[in-house]
Amino acid sequence: MPEEELTFEAGYAELERLVARLQQGGLSIEESMALFERGMALARRCAQQLDEAELRVRQLMADGQAREIEPET
Amino acid sequence: MHIYRVGQITSYIKGLFEADDVLQDLWLEGEVSNWRAYPSGHVYFTLKDAEAAINCVIWRTYVAGLEFRPCDGDGVLAHGYISVYEGRGTYQFYVDHLERAGAGLWALEFERLKRKLQAEGLLDGARKRPLPRFPRRLGVVTSPAGAAWRDICRVLSRRYPLVEVVLAPTKVQGEEAPVQIVNALQSLARCGDVDAIIVARGGGSAEDLWAFNDERVARAIAASPVPVITGVGHETDVTIADLVADLRAPTPSAAAEMAVPNSEELRESLSQAVVTMAAAIRATLANARARLERERAALHRASPLSWVNRERQRLDERVRALCMAMENDLELRRVRLQGLEGQLQPLSPQATLERGYALVQTAPARRVVRSVREAPPGQALTIRVADGQFPARAEEGPRGPQTV
Repeated sequence: MPEEELTFEAGYAELERLVARLQQGGLSIEESMALFERGMALARRCAQQLDEAELRVRQLMADGQAREIEPET
Repeated sequence: MHIYRVGQITSYIKGLFEADDVLQDLWLEGEVSNWRAYPSGHVYFTLKDAEAAINCVIWRTYVAGLEFRPCDGDGVLAHGYISVYEGRGTYQFYVDHLERAGAGLWALEFERLKRKLQAEGLLDGARKRPLPRFPRRLGVVTSPAGAAWRDICRVLSRRYPLVEVVLAPTKVQGEEAPVQIVNALQSLARCGDVDAIIVARGGGSAEDLWAFNDERVARAIAASPVPVITGVGHETDVTIADLVADLRAPTPSAAAEMAVPNSEELRESLSQAVVTMAAAIRATLANARARLERERAALHRASPLSWVNRERQRLDERVRALCMAMENDLELRRVRLQGLEGQLQPLSPQATLERGYALVQTAPARRVVRSVREAPPGQALTIRVADGQFPARAEEGPRGPQTV
């Protein structure tokens, strides 16, 4: 899946697996390079998600709907 | 009729209290609540039972002589007098002595419920569920007006703003609080789509926190389909809700901290991952380069060019060997030839010619003449003698066999 579409959780988990695989070694250069490039893209993507995140707060109403509200900060 | 000033009438009331023998020297049994020790050294608290509550104060001089420091919920027997605090128009109990009493009603109720839930296994460690590592959505059950809510929002937006918060607003103290807390938990479970729930309330007296000792609240927490973190009151307050929850945090802020990962640490580990990957790829490349170098050397050794060089050298060696063999062979033949020449010498016609014989040949055919018939008269001849040859011609004349 393109890294732009991954949730932080999925991207981070894939990055962890990928780093472990790279460290384990025994890959062809092509595989290593592919993993490396994917890993760099994932790391960038995850960091960007952290940078751009703003706390979203919703309040659950009596009818079970959730309405967006301002976070109390 | 007379118009009094506030001070006058308050003074009058105070006089009434101080004139009463019962109020001036009495023992009072009740449960301590809202125990607050001030920097001045004086202690303020409330003594209560099922029906009523009364404000109490212990002056610093008496505080020093206390045999124990009661906790909220402790049942005590207090001795002192009751009078009026004019500044606020309230009456209060001026305590000079405290004794432990049998456990108060609230403490008894707490213990009773705790034992009951324990017997049902609701407090078992094995029931505690782990929190999700990266929660996408967090439910928060608290009062939108409280400090707890502000603290939670502040911590979450600083620590892990990726999370989405769903507030299920509720009263957190008073008669209706337990039912509202239960409803909030249930509606979050039903339509909040949350990964975990924080149940929180800021600090308060034992009374204020009592909703969190309610059996219905405890059961709703136990029934939650997702993990529940409690952050109720302060460090020292432990409620039944805390005991049933999957995780107990000492305060609302701490509950928020525990609910999400720290994005600073995540950033750190992202950079670490980049470093690790770069090192791994460098190692892979260095390894490949070394392998390539080995292969290149092997290839060099195995290349046709070096084969040609090697073969050329071997060819040279063979040629040299061949030449040597040839020379040897020639030499051998030369030697043998000389031997043969030596043997041949006595057999040579030259030797015969030297002895005075001549060799007669026809001319120009140079056929050796062996018979008189081969030299008819007029036949041109060549006669060879030891030192040369000369031409001649056969003459007319008698011919016939003759022995020399």
